[in-house]
Amino acid sequence: MNRATLADPPLDVARLRADFPILAQTINGRPLVYLDNGASSQRPRAVIDAERRYAEEMHANVHRGVHTLSQRATDAFEAARERVRRFINARSIREVVFTRGTTESINLVANSFLRPRLKPGDEILISWLEHHANIVPWQMACEATGAVLKVAPINRQGELDLDAFQALLSDRTKLVATAHVSNALGTVMPVREIVTLAHARGVPVLLDGAQAVPHFALDMQALDCDFYAFSGHKLYGPDGIGVLYGRESLLEAMPPWQGGGDMILSVSFTGTTYNQLPFKFEAGTPHMSGAVGLAAAIDYVDGIGLGRIAAWERMLLDYASERLSAIDGLTVIGTAKDKASLVSFVLDGVHPHDIGTILDQQGVAIRTGHHCAMPAIEFFGVPATARASFAFYNTREEIDVLVDAVTAARDMFR
Amino acid sequence: MDLKDLYRDVILDHNKRPRNFGRLDPPAHSAAGHNPLCGDKLTVYAIMDGDVICDLRFDGTGCAISVASASLMTEAIKGKTRAEAEHLYAAIHDLLTRADAPSPPELGKLAALGGVREFPARVKCASLCWHTLHAALQGAAAPVTTE
Ligand SMILES: Cc1ncc(COP(=O)(O)O)c(C=O)c1O
Repeated sequence: MNRATLADPPLDVARLRADFPILAQTINGRPLVYLDNGASSQRPRAVIDAERRYAEEMHANVHRGVHTLSQRATDAFEAARERVRRFINARSIREVVFTRGTTESINLVANSFLRPRLKPGDEILISWLEHHANIVPWQMACEATGAVLKVAPINRQGELDLDAFQALLSDRTKLVATAHVSNALGTVMPVREIVTLAHARGVPVLLDGAQAVPHFALDMQALDCDFYAFSGHKLYGPDGIGVLYGRESLLEAMPPWQGGGDMILSVSFTGTTYNQLPFKFEAGTPHMSGAVGLAAAIDYVDGIGLGRIAAWERMLLDYASERLSAIDGLTVIGTAKDKASLVSFVLDGVHPHDIGTILDQQGVAIRTGHHCAMPAIEFFGVPATARASFAFYNTREEIDVLVDAVTAARDMFR
Repeated sequence: MDLKDLYRDVILDHNKRPRNFGRLDPPAHSAAGHNPLCGDKLTVYAIMDGDVICDLRFDGTGCAISVASASLMTEAIKGKTRAEAEHLYAAIHDLLTRADAPSPPELGKLAALGGVREFPARVKCASLCWHTLHAALQGAAAPVTTE
């Protein structure tokens, strides 16, 4: 058996794990093996402390008061925005809108950017492996306007069929929206090609980066997409905070989505002047401690280095893929050449839900079900899969525990 | 909590070899049940002779708990009257949810589902077929869901 070797990339995982208080516990009498990072990752103490410090020393409403605390809160909130800008290399903080998460970011684009431009017969092009958050908002826009949702196919490995994608782009296409990384299959999408092909026809592109942000360094200017959405809670940050990056010229031309405080410059009963970017899209009191926590998470991740994180996760993916595939009766679902660190699988004769319960008894947390990507899962002819998704704080020893528990599940149902 | 208490031999057996698996055509009553959380989908078919459920089958896909529960249910219910079925439905509900629930003798093999109570995330798996049977007997049109 191929256990940990000296050739492992240099990441002091034992030390890093100590930064995550939640990992040091037992579940059902066994050490927790947390392999559900694709659903939500855990927070290091630096993030927890930043949120607490905000609450203990800075909290007041932002952008509103002349008093000291309000100024502190505003400074912290806006510093967080600048931190996000630098992390994704956006041109300006005007391109960084805080939202509740990926889902809200996508809904913002669907409602404010897309709906006003859609006419009956117009098209929106997505792919077969999207999360429901990148399907349903477009379906709703189609229902409201008579536009049509087009779906680019994937192959048996779970890779996008780029030729079919290109063939589906037409003069009627008003937006391309695809995942950067598939949460159900792990596929890394060919986003550069997608952006190039779409832009060649003048079609703007939204990328759902929920699963990409924890794994790769991002550069909005190099990527050249028009919108990019992600969530803090998958990036070792707080829940309830996320980001919509938008190209400034597009955001500028978009009407606000929600109305309220903070998004206006002046209000009278004859008319209202909207605030400038990005505040135009941030109606109401924002999630200030969440933004501060997200900035702390970005500092933490950058402190380790996304390059080293990617190398470690690559090793985990290779090791898990090799060991899981060797289990008799196990089939990996999603075998793209370019994959992020997650493995979706099914086991002959054992429903994923039962695998999930049996693993939980061993302290192993995985996700089972359709992963909010029913079309992608059904494409493979299965009702559900089990999914282990890895973070940089996971180890080969944890994968050994996973493999032993999956083997035990198989034997129990023999 | 012990896994063997959840996956008792009776459960494993009924999962592997579900009894009364298959469909019945109209005029059989039928209803569909769905657990959106895990994707379990069951359809329950019942043929009534007056007040007696004289044939009962199910088909669909699901985890071991939901398949075994449906299989056990069809065995237990076949030949019972509506009122007896409703009575068992209530007894099963108690078995799955109440720590102090008695295990009345009329449950028979269904008592094997007693371990599910210790696994709250799985209670819906075991109860899906019962809700679906209930709907089939009521002649409900809309699919049943656990959510
Ligand atoms: C690919 C993808 N898109 C969108 C989402 C939705 O993210 P959130 O629930 O944080 O809005 C997720 C989260 O599961 C995801 O994995």
